[in-house]
Amino acid sequence: MKNIKYSTSILFSLIFGLSIYASSSESISIDKPESKANKTSIKEYITHHLKDNHSYFLTYWKDKTGKKVYLELPLPVILYDNGLHIFMSSRLKHGKAIVESKGNFYKLNYDESKIYKTDKEGAFINQVPLDFSITKNIATIILVAILMFFLFRGLANSFQTNKGISSGLGRFFEPIILYIRDEIAIPNIGEKKYKNYMSFLLTVFFFVWFLNMLGLTPLGVNVTGNIAVTFSLALLTFLITNLTANKNYWGHIFWMPGVPVLIKIVLAPIELLGVFIKPFSLLIRLYANIQAGHIVLYSLIGLMFIFNNMIGQSLSFVLAFFISIIEILVALLQAYIFTMLSALYFGFAVAEEDH
Amino acid sequence: MEIPVIVGGGLVVIGVGIGIGLTGKGAMEAIGRQPDASGKIQVAALILAALVEGIGFAALFAL
Repeated sequence: MKNIKYSTSILFSLIFGLSIYASSSESISIDKPESKANKTSIKEYITHHLKDNHSYFLTYWKDKTGKKVYLELPLPVILYDNGLHIFMSSRLKHGKAIVESKGNFYKLNYDESKIYKTDKEGAFINQVPLDFSITKNIATIILVAILMFFLFRGLANSFQTNKGISSGLGRFFEPIILYIRDEIAIPNIGEKKYKNYMSFLLTVFFFVWFLNMLGLTPLGVNVTGNIAVTFSLALLTFLITNLTANKNYWGHIFWMPGVPVLIKIVLAPIELLGVFIKPFSLLIRLYANIQAGHIVLYSLIGLMFIFNNMIGQSLSFVLAFFISIIEILVALLQAYIFTMLSALYFGFAVAEEDH
Repeated sequence: MEIPVIVGGGLVVIGVGIGIGLTGKGAMEAIGRQPDASGKIQVAALILAALVEGIGFAALFAL
């Protein structure tokens, strides 16, 4: 019960970490060429996908009158600009409409996925409201948090009622949970202390894995490819490592035992830098892997529209297919590596003096 | 003549490719010599590959 509380509190702190995402004011420049070539439109499509969005957008088609019909799920927009402004993102009409809210006017810049303040005619006036919207990424994180909460609550309950024998979905998840305990937590952290970290390791593994897998669905979410999300995850690892560290850990950083005094002095700043580099590499690795995977996958799909012949199209289809399979592997691998390295860092923090 | 920045990206990828290749080579040879220890070797190889890759990504983002 305590572990469950701990896990959920971690997930909710993640959601708050995302509010870092609220952006500051900066100038904008829009100079779109009149006729867009196929290549540039695909490039724009990819860069737009990599960003956060204000609605779940699947596709659109044109009806008989040539009007675009969108298949999408609008999400609430919450702006803070001398008071709260709350409206649904469907009113933004993908940057084509100006939204009036309590005397202020807002417009979405479609290419940047950002909402700007405008005057009555819809001209940008170089002002950005603080954006606390429930965007696609945040909605997905909440969705995954709720899913994980009920999934693992249910699994724990079924274990108790079945006297320790897993049933249903538990048969799939039990080996994974045991693998994390027996192959990641115990060897790295040690028999004595691993229990304190298990809830974090399990939460972070399934959280990253589920989000990575969701990124490969046609929903087009790119949550773990968002640097704010990976930053929050790495920040939690950083905080847990340093707040639970024993004196042995700090001793190894500031006064490395067993080396001459001169080297001790040289080593201390390097080791101190390492404290920050470790979680930083964690955040960059997850972010860059998922981001790069999405770019490659979308580029290969985009190639199908650039090639205008059967050979090129079928070739890029086959390539995109194989990259998708590799991406499924990468989704699991990155979750595994994040958990593994977190466990390794926790292990450094609680290692006892035995040499 | 000015060298375009993207050449640096290519160099980074070459370096990371060599690094991960050597990691994999070492792991394969180690498993060949000690098939019993394949689990431990795999874990170590994955971590090392991830570290090499991390440096590569850091360099690519600095471009």
